[in-house]
Amino acid sequence: MLEHYLRERLREKGILLMTHIVLGYPDFETSMNIVASMVAAGVDMMELQIPFSEPIADGPVILHANQRSLAAGSSVRRCLDFGREAAARFPIPFLFMSYYNILYRFGVERFASVIKDSGLQGTIVPDLPPEEGAEYMQAMQKHGLNPIFIFSPASSEARLAYVASCARGFVYCVARKGVTGRETRFSDQMDAYLARCRRATNLPLAVGFGVKDRRDVDFLRGRADIAVIGSQTIRLVDEHGPGAVGDFIAGLR
Amino acid sequence: MKHRGYYGEFGGCYVPEILTSTIEQLDEAFCAARSDPAFWAEYVRIMGEYSCRPTPLTYAENLTRHFGGARIYIKREDLNHTGAHKANNVMGQGLLVRRMGKKRVIAETGAGQHGVATATMAARCGFSCTIYMGALDVMRQRPNVFWMERLGARVVAVNEGSRILKDAINEALRDWVTNMDDTHYVLGTACGPHPFPEMVAWFQSIIGREAREQIQRLTGSLPKRIYACVGGGSNACGIFLPFIDDDVELVGVEAGGRGVATGQHASRLSAPGAAVGVAQGYKTFFLQDGDGQMRETHSVAAGLDYVGVSPILADLHRQGRVRFESATDTEVVQALELTMRAEGLIPALESSHAFVQAFKEAPRMSPDESIIINQSGRGDKDIFTVADAFQDPAWRDFITDTARRYANA
Ligand SMILES: Cc1ncc(COP(=O)(O)O)c(C=O)c1O
Repeated sequence: MLEHYLRERLREKGILLMTHIVLGYPDFETSMNIVASMVAAGVDMMELQIPFSEPIADGPVILHANQRSLAAGSSVRRCLDFGREAAARFPIPFLFMSYYNILYRFGVERFASVIKDSGLQGTIVPDLPPEEGAEYMQAMQKHGLNPIFIFSPASSEARLAYVASCARGFVYCVARKGVTGRETRFSDQMDAYLARCRRATNLPLAVGFGVKDRRDVDFLRGRADIAVIGSQTIRLVDEHGPGAVGDFIAGLR
Repeated sequence: MKHRGYYGEFGGCYVPEILTSTIEQLDEAFCAARSDPAFWAEYVRIMGEYSCRPTPLTYAENLTRHFGGARIYIKREDLNHTGAHKANNVMGQGLLVRRMGKKRVIAETGAGQHGVATATMAARCGFSCTIYMGALDVMRQRPNVFWMERLGARVVAVNEGSRILKDAINEALRDWVTNMDDTHYVLGTACGPHPFPEMVAWFQSIIGREAREQIQRLTGSLPKRIYACVGGGSNACGIFLPFIDDDVELVGVEAGGRGVATGQHASRLSAPGAAVGVAQGYKTFFLQDGDGQMRETHSVAAGLDYVGVSPILADLHRQGRVRFESATDTEVVQALELTMRAEGLIPALESSHAFVQAFKEAPRMSPDESIIINQSGRGDKDIFTVADAFQDPAWRDFITDTARRYANA
């Protein structure tokens, strides 16, 4: 069970790391090498993004990675196969992240069945609020998968409680307004927000959007359970190649 | 939210969590406005004082004689301030923005008509304004970019994706999730997350409400058919919905581009290429591949060059209440030429799609019957595209000379 794994792992480490990559960027072989070096460097969980042509919640870095991957011909099938291979090869939990249309077109129930069979743990679908997700939640539950839902700083207490009631595994707390990849100020305000998140659920809390270095991860220690690194590793690969990923991850905590 | 804006299986509100409270606030403001008769009255008054409403319903006597069938009436949305029906939606949303106390507006634009309309509204209401426009559309609709900037708006050319309308919508959404506290997203068509389809269709329904009264006054009865072009679907919803319970056939005309068989078109409902999906905040028919990736679209009319379509129209299509057809780029230019010569009217390339289908059907109808074509906008903005299509040699000389003059200056 994902939640159980996270709690066990948290007992050993003060904070967990989840990384995010866009599948097929720059190509599938490199994606697999990046996964291998991230796992070797101690990453606790990974989010594998299936590219979509209209990724509205993503900023330029991840957006471009989506577009390049698609332009290079990546398909949903290929991404699913990648997930299966990664889950078989590496001993950490993997999640798929994508936009709802990808699941919808594939068939939500079929998608859940395939990823369960592939050994993945769940999905993050940033444009699917729980109100629109009845079919999705049902399919995820049926297959014992975790639908990861999202808290935001703009959510009211009532909203946090509602989202929490649908969540399984952990909750993804968006650190700020805006899209992925921009700078986030980890400040007192964030402190109050994370305290509100904590009160709303007993599930582990992941924090993402703008987490980029050891200082950010240190800030989150004690306030959240999982630090999510997204755009920063993609930038790193763009600038220094996949070989730079291991040291970067190892240096985060 | 009381409901999530479903029309049959289409619509909904598929937005990132961060937008939930903003959308709820908008929905509340809209519901309050709609149930307040004074709001609609103020809207009608402003549209009368600022935008030439009610727009006329023109009897096209020469076209009627030319085709020898149904009597052809044209609803003149081209006479709105800024030259298209877009002004209706924009001024309506502007009133809501005031009510919500926001100070900044953003919008996407394809043809640039919605962008120009938003820029005028922002100037008048004292809002700061940013317009997102696909880089390809910036190139083909330069005059509108010029006006938006003169009106004080910042125009951002979007270089992502296929660099047209859908990509501009994505960028506007990205801005909105960042700046929603002081910013309202003035979506330009009856698409996107709830409450936009309902709200935009409501403001645009001023077209059909007027037309319904006008045609009865002029002919003593309702029209047999109504034709409107369909990009996102706002001018079509606007003219159709007030006739929805009448015995009037409603015909939406989509962009057939280079022909639906070529794949280079934007026909979502009239051709088999589209499938139901979820993107840009709502569920509808999208032109997409088997994986759910959006396809490239094409139309000579930038305002129709869009992958999705209003969930309201998708539902009316499924119910069989609205018939959908398509018109090719070539047919559109021919219909435009005929309309100019016969009536001295200059419909926008978008609007000319509706004319194409009406011209195909009018000859087979009886002179006792009347039809209405919604001329959603005027064609002046299309001068570069139309001049190209006509291969007008004098225009080419003029552009070349002007370019030379700029180069030497
Ligand atoms: C003149 C004109 N007509 C029609 C449209 C298409 O939009 P809709 O389908 O929302 O009316 C546009 C869009 O830019 C336009 O400028």
